[in-house]
Amino acid sequence: MNGSMTVLRILPEIIFTLTGVAIMLIDPVMPKQASRKPLGWLAAFGALAALIASLYQYSLPVGTAYFGVVQTDAFSVFFHVLISGIILVSALVVLDAVHPDTESLGELFALMSFGAVGMLLMTSGVELLLVFIGLEISSISTYILAGFRRKTAKSPESALKYFLLGSFATAFFLYGIALTYGATGTTRITDIAAGLATSHALPIAVVGLAFIVIGLAFKVSAAPFHLWTPDVYEGAPSPIVGLMSTAPKAAAFAVLLRIAYEAFPQLQNHWMPLLWILAAVSMTIGNLGALRQKNVKRMLAYSSIAHAGYLLVAFTVLSTDGVAAASFYAVAYAVMNVGIFAVISHAGGYEDRLTLIEDYKGLAYRSPLLGGVMAFFLLSLIGIPFTGGFFGKFYVFAAAIHSGMIWLAIIGLLNSGIAVFYYLRVLTATYTKPMDSSPVLNVPRVSAPLCLAMALTVAVTLVLGIIPGRVLSMARHAAETFPVFSTQQTPVPGTASAVMAAINTKAR
Amino acid sequence: MNGIPNLHLWLLPILPLAGFLVNGLFGRRLPKALVTAVAIIATAIPLIQVATIVARFSSLTLPHVERVATWISAGPFHAGFTFQLDQLTMVMLCVITGVGFLIHVYSIGYMAHEDGYWRYFAYLNLFMFFMLTLVLANNFLLLFIGWEGVGLASYLLIGFYVLKTSAADAGKKAFIYNRVGDFGFLLAMFLMVQHFGTLDYTQVFAQIIAHPAWQGGFLTAIGLLLLLGATGKSAQIPLYVWLPDAMEGPTPVSALIHAATMVTAGVYMVARAHVIFDRSALALGLVAVIGTATAFFAATMAVAQNDIKRVLAYSTVSQLGYMFLGCGVAAYGAGVFHLVSHAFFKALLFLAAGSVIHALSGEQDMRYMGGLRKKIPITFWTMTAAVFAISGFPPLSGFVSKDEILYEAFISPGGKILWFVGLFTAGLTAFYMFRLWYMTFFGKDRTADSEIMAHAKEHGHGHGIHESPWVMLIPLIILAILSVIGGWMGWPAGLGGNEWFTRFLAPVFNTAGLSMNPNVIHAPAGAGSDHLQLILAIVSTLTAAGGWYIAHLMYYARPELPELLAQKFRGVYRMLFNKYWVDEFYGAVIAAPVLFFSRFVLNFLIDRGVIDGAGFTAGATAQGFGSLVARIQSGNIRSYAGWLAFGAMLVLVVTYFVFTGSFMLH
Amino acid sequence: MQSHPYTWNYLPLLIQVVVAAGLGLAIVGLSWLIGRGRASKAKLDAYECGVPVEGDARGRFSVRFYMVAMLFILFDVEAVFMLPWAVIYRHLPVLTGSRMFGFWEMVVYLGFVVVGIFYVWKKGILDWTNDRGDL
Repeated sequence: MNGSMTVLRILPEIIFTLTGVAIMLIDPVMPKQASRKPLGWLAAFGALAALIASLYQYSLPVGTAYFGVVQTDAFSVFFHVLISGIILVSALVVLDAVHPDTESLGELFALMSFGAVGMLLMTSGVELLLVFIGLEISSISTYILAGFRRKTAKSPESALKYFLLGSFATAFFLYGIALTYGATGTTRITDIAAGLATSHALPIAVVGLAFIVIGLAFKVSAAPFHLWTPDVYEGAPSPIVGLMSTAPKAAAFAVLLRIAYEAFPQLQNHWMPLLWILAAVSMTIGNLGALRQKNVKRMLAYSSIAHAGYLLVAFTVLSTDGVAAASFYAVAYAVMNVGIFAVISHAGGYEDRLTLIEDYKGLAYRSPLLGGVMAFFLLSLIGIPFTGGFFGKFYVFAAAIHSGMIWLAIIGLLNSGIAVFYYLRVLTATYTKPMDSSPVLNVPRVSAPLCLAMALTVAVTLVLGIIPGRVLSMARHAAETFPVFSTQQTPVPGTASAVMAAINTKAR
Repeated sequence: MNGIPNLHLWLLPILPLAGFLVNGLFGRRLPKALVTAVAIIATAIPLIQVATIVARFSSLTLPHVERVATWISAGPFHAGFTFQLDQLTMVMLCVITGVGFLIHVYSIGYMAHEDGYWRYFAYLNLFMFFMLTLVLANNFLLLFIGWEGVGLASYLLIGFYVLKTSAADAGKKAFIYNRVGDFGFLLAMFLMVQHFGTLDYTQVFAQIIAHPAWQGGFLTAIGLLLLLGATGKSAQIPLYVWLPDAMEGPTPVSALIHAATMVTAGVYMVARAHVIFDRSALALGLVAVIGTATAFFAATMAVAQNDIKRVLAYSTVSQLGYMFLGCGVAAYGAGVFHLVSHAFFKALLFLAAGSVIHALSGEQDMRYMGGLRKKIPITFWTMTAAVFAISGFPPLSGFVSKDEILYEAFISPGGKILWFVGLFTAGLTAFYMFRLWYMTFFGKDRTADSEIMAHAKEHGHGHGIHESPWVMLIPLIILAILSVIGGWMGWPAGLGGNEWFTRFLAPVFNTAGLSMNPNVIHAPAGAGSDHLQLILAIVSTLTAAGGWYIAHLMYYARPELPELLAQKFRGVYRMLFNKYWVDEFYGAVIAAPVLFFSRFVLNFLIDRGVIDGAGFTAGATAQGFGSLVARIQSGNIRSYAGWLAFGAMLVLVVTYFVFTGSFMLH
Repeated sequence: MQSHPYTWNYLPLLIQVVVAAGLGLAIVGLSWLIGRGRASKAKLDAYECGVPVEGDARGRFSVRFYMVAMLFILFDVEAVFMLPWAVIYRHLPVLTGSRMFGFWEMVVYLGFVVVGIFYVWKKGILDWTNDRGDL
């Protein structure tokens, strides 16, 4: 085994781990009243280093490490880059929004780094047990982060809800893994397809897959497993919501993509209708639910449910187009959502000074910069051209229509129409003249880290909206790593593509 | 790099863009000198770069293509930021950077006392950026970006005096008429994507050349739609009405955008897409007819205008008509040649007119001018050169290029009538230009009657009639020299020249064996027609002289004549003065019904009735479902867990049905 | 379909589930239907072997108990992980293909445990009497 190569395959994970450990070691020895800002910068630089390491991983040849449990390929690296970037922006947002001598702030930064390790392992793990451990690492740190404002009632309540329901859902996931093992004799994602071909217990495998889907659907807050989302987002501190509505979801979608397309390609006809229904229900429930919300964070919670639905639409497309569209959408959604939460975190603050939509009245007058950025991300969430949101939706629906999912595309487009209403309500409020009593008049000055965070997210959203070609080709490249889509004429025996070929010939 | 030199073509447009960004973002706070420096440097460096490219031109393999970035890549369709350099682009680059630079310099003096100096130069740089993009593009989509962009810059500059309602309205008018044309251009591009699968010049033209059987049909459709686009941008019938109103902008803008460069984009586009037009007798013929008709009608309208800039505006429309006529008889080289010489003398005319207006504190009405010859001599002499050039007196540039077009029209099949109308228009041109010349510079000094000048004097910033500063005069002199000698590079063979210009452009237009259309003749002047060309040249010179004579008679020798004639031919005069009531016609036939339709049918019936009704119903339904969704959201963990289990059960049920095959999507 | 006989094997299990669920529902449902449901103080009181109830069951006591219990479980479980490692330690060079890989892995693992102890210690969680604990 080549030692240095092995380490390189988990380099971003190692960087995040060391960052977290360093923060854990420094935090307790610092004087209690000292500002925790340096720790935040440490976390941000750790994330930046991990981002660079992830980009570096593109140059590694595809391969596995640690007895084949982690795999670096274009797909995992794509999501590594995304997740590291989100952690970077979130660290900057926390630096801006949270007062530097807030209680146990150091822990918050350490938890962010540790959570990132879990998410990265979810995307690069090809061993279901490792994926499960990654899921747990990321979930537990987000459970704690959600309840970070201990002195309020809502924050711990949301943490408890998230924790209890999350454990319930994780149990489904674990049970799914067990059933899959029972049916195929392996928990290695890359081997399941082959095991499935010789399995005598196909129904068990189908149920196992269904359970795995349930567990992951909870994590991405797809309806009907979405109920925790509004309550948790409302209670959790805003900077944390920006993080947990994007990075863990992206990781969970990556796992779902890998399991669906790499482990169970033969069962496409089984999981595809299921995800069709989940997509339709999520879009509809998310958008209809958002219509009546008065609280901005709750509204964005429902909006994130809807966006999970849009992304699931891509799963009904059984080609690289689908996977590429899903990956692209994950990036577009994550960037604009973490961006809008950067604004909300600053305007509303760690303490949630602004909660209702009408509290945001006059934000654009108080700070044209914040108002403008907010408006920009709202337009992107609606899906206006020249923003990432537009091309995200465009690729997903184009792929769906292309593969004959007309009805799903119609449902999706109708939903996009509904969505305009509630995003515009926030937009109108932002640009209404403030009154003397408006809470928005107390918004503090914009700080350097926030500027950096907003500049990063706005720039990426614009790049995605104007020259999406580069990212799309990266997403397509990521999709091509799945053996189902490999264009090889003679499939390697034992791989999924060989199995597919065998099934196809049998069908003929 | 296989020996292909990298010319860094992307630098050409990027510098004006940088100038626009710097001046646009920070100009308000920068000192005036710095704004000027930024704007001038941003146009001077491209000019130098063009000069270096010209210097090494012979060593290049043309067309020279440089790829900067991929822009759109959707399945098989690609469009990129790709720039192309060939002879035609080269000519356009020289005109744009050369005239553009001169006008930037001129503007320093002209705009010195205006508010929004920085804004003006920012817009002007923005225009340069889009115009250079337009001519450097190597696909129709990128060309369209430049096309739209120059429209935007033009809109911003026409409406530069933001506090004047008429300026704002004129900006809107220009924009809207251009949109009509753009609509045609867009449709043409859609058709091209559908038929060729690409918008790349090279690929589109190669496909057409590879299919000799393609005649007319969809190529006619594309050609006609492109022509609609060109009539919008180049102010041809039926979309010409915006250009005279565009004179609300500052005069240097009129010179640069509405005379020398932007309005010629339509001619450039037709010449660029000549492969398409060559295959469609109908589209090409229509180009010629529209061009001739526009040239004639615009010239007649110019006769009855009193505003110095409006005369020049109609004159521009008329001269653009000549360029279309040249293209329409498949003499693209001649059309482009006239584009170049027109850029020289028309920019000069506008700048000189600007100098006159500047001298008279803003007076534009020629009835309040007169006798200025001695007071502003340099302006007078440069203007004189331009007047003689545009009227077509040999050996000035206007004579050479206009005559070539007329000659090509004459020898093209069925072109005699076009030639005759063109010739008559040339006489009219000489008449109205000398009318302008006499009214402005000769005769009695009528400036005392001017209310504008009196007003300016009252407020203390009036200053006697004076010559403009040197920063304005030097561009005038350079342009005057170019107007005189600029035509010599294309001196016709029939008059002993070697037609260097046409031969230079020949590789672009000479796609041998490409044209299957008997109507189209690409042949340069044949040996046997030498005498014919000479005779035609003499005829047109005499016509111009005739126009001059009548103008001399009416506006110099017997100044009471025009009034008498106007009385006698009252109907005709009123028709010309009111520009054939075309604006009123468009207002009554298009605008009024549209307004009625949008106010009554769309707003009242559709919007309030159907859409609001449907919106209300949909809204109510959505709210109803929304409340249902919210009711599930009890906040109780036990109920959430229950729903989670319920959802899991549903998933299993669905899975079961899918497994047994009773639930199918396809 | 080939899988039919296989699913058939689960039929007894299904019957078992149905009977169990049905019985449970029947007992609760019947008692709810037939029972007269008249509440009295004695009925609603907590049942404590016939002894009268004293005070509230929700007594408050120091959160430190929880903290220590939690830490105990944490380190306990972490220590348990060493057991399987020790059992196969001799085989690790063959299994991993490297002589010292297994050893260093455990060193890294213990390193993390030590960092944990350090953190807990420095935060004052182990300090029972002092109120310095960051609780």
